[in-house]
Amino acid sequence: MYNAFLSLLKRDLRLAFRHKSEILNPLFFFVIVVTLFPLGISPEKQTLAEIGPGIIWVAALLASMLSLDSLFRSDFEDGTLELMLLSEYPLSVMVLAKILVHWLITGFPIILFSPLLGTVMFLSPDAIVTLMITLLLGTPILSLIGAIGMALVVALKRGGMLLSLLVLPLYIPVLIFSANAVGSSMAGLAISGQLYFLAAFMVFCLTLAPIATSAALRVSLE
Amino acid sequence: MNIWKSVMKFIYHFASPKHFYRISGKLIPWFGGLAAILLIVGSIDGLFFAPVDYQQGDSYRIIFIHVPAAWMSMFVYMVMATSGAIALIWKIKLADVVASSSAPIGAAFTLLALVTGSIWGKPMWGAWWVWDARLTSELILLFLYLGFMALESAIEDPRAAARACAILAIVGVINIPIIHYSVEWWNTLHQGATVTKLDTPSIHISMLIPLLLMALGFKLYYATVVLMRARNKVLYAEQNNGWVKAIIKAQ
Repeated sequence: MYNAFLSLLKRDLRLAFRHKSEILNPLFFFVIVVTLFPLGISPEKQTLAEIGPGIIWVAALLASMLSLDSLFRSDFEDGTLELMLLSEYPLSVMVLAKILVHWLITGFPIILFSPLLGTVMFLSPDAIVTLMITLLLGTPILSLIGAIGMALVVALKRGGMLLSLLVLPLYIPVLIFSANAVGSSMAGLAISGQLYFLAAFMVFCLTLAPIATSAALRVSLE
Repeated sequence: MNIWKSVMKFIYHFASPKHFYRISGKLIPWFGGLAAILLIVGSIDGLFFAPVDYQQGDSYRIIFIHVPAAWMSMFVYMVMATSGAIALIWKIKLADVVASSSAPIGAAFTLLALVTGSIWGKPMWGAWWVWDARLTSELILLFLYLGFMALESAIEDPRAAARACAILAIVGVINIPIIHYSVEWWNTLHQGATVTKLDTPSIHISMLIPLLLMALGFKLYYATVVLMRARNKVLYAEQNNGWVKAIIKAQ
């Protein structure tokens, strides 16, 4: 089982690195969306520092959601997913490997880039550290919850819009706690409560989301 | 084990489309009639006989619609998730029908709660909308309903649609408390002071009675409408079966 997990992980990572746009596009999207807000609202330091945490988080959320297609789409189209369903290994374990890859190619680059965006949004150094911690705890949740939604719509031709309708309401707790933690650390307040919540929510999703995702995949592939 | 088996047998028997159609046909007039009586009595009691609120005057009377609608919005989602789980576990098709018939009704209750809340908020808070925790989580609940309905209409095969929706409803129902408390927490941190939240004194019995009458009326109205919708869906799904053809012929 462990071997199946690892080999799937390796295969998906290799595939992702051969299509570099799969890694770069979400990242570019993330950077561009954040750039739009100073242009649309105001370049003033105070305004940007106030709205910065929320904007960076909303952009990360959208980038993660829009890249969900890479999770199952190509495997669905060439029949690999069907073979995974039929294999002797538990589907939820393999789903977890795919989710991990999705996080590595979308969530992780976002975390690496976030200090840059935090700086251009005039966040304080402390807040930037907090931003990275919240992204580290929060982006896996986005991949995990997103996988459930993607599994439900994978068989549909035009699932993109529907996916956002299914997934975005479920992202709300992550957004609330993360953006608030960053804002609070700007104001010099304690943030441990928010981080504990995010960590707890991540463990919760890590436990249940693969099961829900595999149930959804079984429905979609019937 | 034997008892369990016979219980399940009874449930499968009752949940067979034919029996459901027969029994629900008998229940609908009763539920509908009772709902009508309760709603009429409750409205008259609430609008004319319940005392005027010392703080809000007559405008508080919208709670007799608003609060039952808000209660129902959550209750119906619970029904959807429960029947979705039943359908997934025991493969009872009727449970799928109940879940999918409930969704638009639940969404309508949610919308009603939001609209009446907004109408109530205008004179009380001075604004059509405030980002109050309850309003916001009610709005998110509406989004969850819309997602459910959108997914259902996007999948062509009705059985696959029902199973996908059941999974979505279960995921949603697990998330509802998490969303609700995070919104509440967010709200208290952001604008606890700006929202002029009215003190809610424990409600007087003369206001509570019409409220409960209305709540029961809403519940029975839901039962009536969901049975009617479910009957239609059952007939449609079973249109090629003998018993449906017999009904059509008889008319």
